[in-house]
Amino acid sequence: MRPPASFVTDDLGSFDSTLPAFLLPILRRDGGEAARHAVETLPDELRGLMQLALAVPDREETRGNHEKTHHIGRIGNITLAAWGAFLALSEFLGETLCSLGRLLTGRARFRTRDFLITLQQCGADALPIVSLISFLIGMIMAFVGNVQLANFGASIYIADLVAIAMVRELGVMMTAIILSGRTGAAFAAQLGSMNANEEIDALRSFGFNPFDFLVLPRVLALLVMMPILTVYANIVGILGGMFVGTAVGIPPALYWHGTLDSINLLTSSLGVFKSFFFGAVIALSGCMQGMNSGGSSAAVGRATTRAVVISITAIIILDSAFAAIFTVLDI
Amino acid sequence: MSAAAVTSESDPRISVRGLTMAYGSFVVMRDLDFDIMPRDIFVIMGGSGCGKSTLMRHLIGLREPAAGTIEYDGRDFTNADPAARAEMIRRFGVMYQSGALWSSLTLAENIALPLEEHTRLPAATIREIVAYKLALVGLSGFEDYYPSEISGGMNKRAGIARAMALDPDILFLDEPGAGLDPLSSRRLDDLILRLRDALGSTIVIVTHELASIFAVANNSVFLDTNTRTLGATGDPVNLREHAEAPVVRDFLNRGESGGDD
Repeated sequence: MRPPASFVTDDLGSFDSTLPAFLLPILRRDGGEAARHAVETLPDELRGLMQLALAVPDREETRGNHEKTHHIGRIGNITLAAWGAFLALSEFLGETLCSLGRLLTGRARFRTRDFLITLQQCGADALPIVSLISFLIGMIMAFVGNVQLANFGASIYIADLVAIAMVRELGVMMTAIILSGRTGAAFAAQLGSMNANEEIDALRSFGFNPFDFLVLPRVLALLVMMPILTVYANIVGILGGMFVGTAVGIPPALYWHGTLDSINLLTSSLGVFKSFFFGAVIALSGCMQGMNSGGSSAAVGRATTRAVVISITAIIILDSAFAAIFTVLDI
Repeated sequence: MSAAAVTSESDPRISVRGLTMAYGSFVVMRDLDFDIMPRDIFVIMGGSGCGKSTLMRHLIGLREPAAGTIEYDGRDFTNADPAARAEMIRRFGVMYQSGALWSSLTLAENIALPLEEHTRLPAATIREIVAYKLALVGLSGFEDYYPSEISGGMNKRAGIARAMALDPDILFLDEPGAGLDPLSSRRLDDLILRLRDALGSTIVIVTHELASIFAVANNSVFLDTNTRTLGATGDPVNLREHAEAPVVRDFLNRGESGGDD
């Protein structure tokens, strides 16, 4: 046991915070009466600072709360978190279905203007980026296809290749990925910051159902816009292919004819059919992450990232499932 | 405007019975028992982080009690079915700590939205009411501003205007004075007193601003962080001198004297 500290400060000149920082643990160690006594031996200005620092005792027990958990404990926490996420997902889907039910029976209330604005934001405002990406994707398909097909003198089949790929897979897939990044992320960020700012609580306490008011118009807007944008992306992609086709010497009329021959109503409706599901996935993951995000700006950022990651992953998985189903059904 | 329940002035408007509030297994406050009478200006006070706002969130039904009940005019609020509950909530006006104005709407639209939803007033009347409510909180002329375009204090005042939109029977204000300059804060106290006198509203305020507490409150609860339950209830002016718990006297006297009389 060391004797309690006392201080000799005759030669003390000017000092900065390193001195009190050095003294604090010494005084804490002594504690109580001894520390109070030691503080008395310090010069005035230093004594004041130390008394202030010692005024509230160190709360050892609060430190433990942020201690690292044991590995096994961490596995347990992850499992519980996964279960919690599953429950949250079920609850969210249930709430949304109830909301849709209220809409169908005419009891859901939201502002028509919100719906129209969301339609514009996820539809019309997305046209430039959807046009650019689809056109380029069509061109790339045509280029890559031509490299192989030209070997067999079968360049004319570029038209079939591009048309089938666009209407079955790429048109809807690219649109969904663009909207995940654009609209899904925007939904998560909007709702997340509304949540952080207590705006959603305010809706509740004025008797509005936040699901009817916020989630419903967003889900509906995407369900309307996704198919439209998909059809648009298909057409633009085919035009992109035609552009390359013309460049490698296929007359546009011939190319157009090839395109029309290769697809029929059934094949071209496959992508549109999928687009409803993808639209729902994007809207739901964006809205769910936003509604369930925490109260800080970091939480809003996390919600946005998660919304995009989850919706893109879910879209690819869903698309694989559809591919398998369509193969079995032979369409 | 609302169909006020027929109750005598001597029955409590809000009764809290054995309320325990918890986040998961962490108990914030336990065994809270108090009554709020009609026309009370009732202050929920206590140190930072003691659960004042949490208590308000329980009172307005945003959080469910871990135990205990809350009654409005003798009707159970905690266990009420959703329809009855929605009807009770319609009698509340709530101002949140940050104002919590809907950021995609202008100030006028923020105040008009509850009116459009819950009344059948014509648009012109709603416009007049909006202008009047904004004038009450000193924000005339800011109708078409968005919440992000005005200062934090103005957001707060607009939040109060919105809370008053439906002439609520019970007005909940979460830290209305925090972040306001002394003059605005004083104006706000006047506003609260006048509202109570003119409309007969019951007003519940979460705050730790001593000046406001003494200026407006006629009843209060003190939440004690250390014991995690009620430190005292009653008129704060009275509690300042005569509260049994030293921590309450310390709080109301800013730790100066009072604690050792």
